[in-house]
Amino acid sequence: MTIAFKPDETFRDDYTYRNSPAAIRRFPFPFHQDQYMYSVNMEPHAPGPAGSVNEHAFDIDEHYIAEMRDRAITLERDPGRCVSLPHMMDAEWDTLELLMESLARDYPDLFVLNKDGERWHWVNKPLGIDQSFTFGDAATLPCPPFEYITRQTQGDFVIMDQRNGDLFADAGMITSQADWSLTFDVGMSFMEWHGPVPLAHELGVFERALKYLLMLQQGRPVRRLNWTMTINPRLDTAPETYPEWGQDRASVTPDNVGAKVHLRVELQTLFRLPRSNGMLFSIRGYLASMEELATYPRWARRLNRVLGSLPNELAEYKGLVRYRQTTLDWLARHDDGAPLAVGTHPE
Amino acid sequence: MSHASLNVEIGRIRDLAPGIREFSLRRSDGADFPVFSGGSHTVLSLPLGERVHRNPYSLLGDPSVRDTWRIAVRLQEASRGGSRWLHEDAREGMRLDISAPVNLFALNRTGRRHILVAGGIGITPILSQARELARLGADFEVHYAYRAPEFGVFADELETLAPGRIHHYVQSRREQIEFGSLLAGRPLGTHFYICGPAGMVAASLNAGKSLGWPDSHLHSEQFLAPSGGEPFDVKLALSGHRFSVPSDLSLLEAIEQQGVDAPYLCRGGACGQCELEVLGADGELIHHDLYLSADERASGTKIMPCVSRLKGGCLTLNL
Repeated sequence: MTIAFKPDETFRDDYTYRNSPAAIRRFPFPFHQDQYMYSVNMEPHAPGPAGSVNEHAFDIDEHYIAEMRDRAITLERDPGRCVSLPHMMDAEWDTLELLMESLARDYPDLFVLNKDGERWHWVNKPLGIDQSFTFGDAATLPCPPFEYITRQTQGDFVIMDQRNGDLFADAGMITSQADWSLTFDVGMSFMEWHGPVPLAHELGVFERALKYLLMLQQGRPVRRLNWTMTINPRLDTAPETYPEWGQDRASVTPDNVGAKVHLRVELQTLFRLPRSNGMLFSIRGYLASMEELATYPRWARRLNRVLGSLPNELAEYKGLVRYRQTTLDWLARHDDGAPLAVGTHPE
Repeated sequence: MSHASLNVEIGRIRDLAPGIREFSLRRSDGADFPVFSGGSHTVLSLPLGERVHRNPYSLLGDPSVRDTWRIAVRLQEASRGGSRWLHEDAREGMRLDISAPVNLFALNRTGRRHILVAGGIGITPILSQARELARLGADFEVHYAYRAPEFGVFADELETLAPGRIHHYVQSRREQIEFGSLLAGRPLGTHFYICGPAGMVAASLNAGKSLGWPDSHLHSEQFLAPSGGEPFDVKLALSGHRFSVPSDLSLLEAIEQQGVDAPYLCRGGACGQCELEVLGADGELIHHDLYLSADERASGTKIMPCVSRLKGGCLTLNL
């Protein structure tokens, strides 16, 4: 499949990001039913249907070039969005290897990897990169291996170190997060990191999820979806830049809600890393405006019901309170109230 | 659980010492093996007549050698067939299914210093840990105890890996590791790793605890072989199967013989993956695993079927 990249779209200032009809159709809509609650909704990250976001281990789409440029802008302004603790070097190389091998295998027209022992040659055609380096020797790359490859891969990344029967967020490339700070969270254990999430602790979700993840095996990645909402198609919604985007939540009106309010879905995947026994956590985000989603009436109906029945603690945690009613009023116009069959499909 | 498995051919068999054999494995399809971390093991599926017998063995070779994996097997005196098959029936050129690597005995990469201790065949995961620490340029030492000089089968390989950092203890020369002195006065940030006979592991951990070592810095690995025992009956509540577990099969093996897909990973009572919920036990649960806490055992609601059994009539499981 050839991807028609949109290299000039923006995720800040004039916000020219839009989804093509094909991108809307493959949007990973997360709501199977009319109510939402946390669960350990993990499943094997097995290849999905052709064209779906799960077709390949790591999804590259039409926004690739623009997202990588937005990441570069964010890193230029705040290099602390990429952090790696000193004991994570093996895990950095593990990550580089996994991403390069996956991208070259799944998108041979875009990425090429040739190896001669430890001498590697990497070509990234969309970004115009041609790099020879020695695997395992960080001095042969322009920046450390984890930063190098995640500047070229869509989605945020955390590498977790496994020790003491726990997982520690000891490295990360985080430039499109849903209002959490890598600088604050780096080095935290699994429970510490998830501390602020409401309700889920009481349900035992994190205890079960941790137990499950500690046993994650090589070659058997898993995935889940998570979601929130974002005003404007903005990737950099970090606490560090809150003054730049926080006020946007107050800017939603009945006239602009359809274009301004976005559903933000994270395809989260977890991979056991071979040398380090660490775990790569990929948080691949997708944004679609209410208008884009409503091109499939089923999704507008479903979202209206989920948002309307969402517990207040969750709405508060996800930062939706300010514009929830305005959004619901807009969605209600697309909802005839007829029962919807279980499932996330668009039609 | 169906596992990502690799089909391998037995390449070379070497008799290292009486009762200790090393096997080199190659992938049947000629592909590279996955990389593994120090302390990892693989589970071998061995064709014992009618049934498949699965045993975990540590990967002792160099993970950067991608065309060969090495394991070493000691003939267990009370073998239920696995180690006996590997010692008596296995031949070069035979094919086996083995699992992807799993690590339940990983190094703590934040450690400032690492003390590795091996007893006998327990050297196998220690060897791969030492190899990893040497590659990382870490501060470590190895203490290797064995029965007699001829049983120090990996002594030369260790010496090459870390010259001057290997300490030998030969039982026939009345040399013994004194854990009290080995573990005393170590700086903060030191991690201790041991693999060996149960008594040795227990002695070392007790010494560490009495010297004030935190549990998080004491690491051990032991794989238990299912010990067998009295037969008992099983009822699987969800699938409706009813069957008996004979004395020479583990509960997990008996479940698998029914064609029921039950989860497992290490098959040695260590990892916790095969935990099943007990709905009813007409008798006493005999726990042999290293995983369940005292409270969990006391609750009578959990069992690790890879090594544990029922003494009595019928066990009802939520499976």
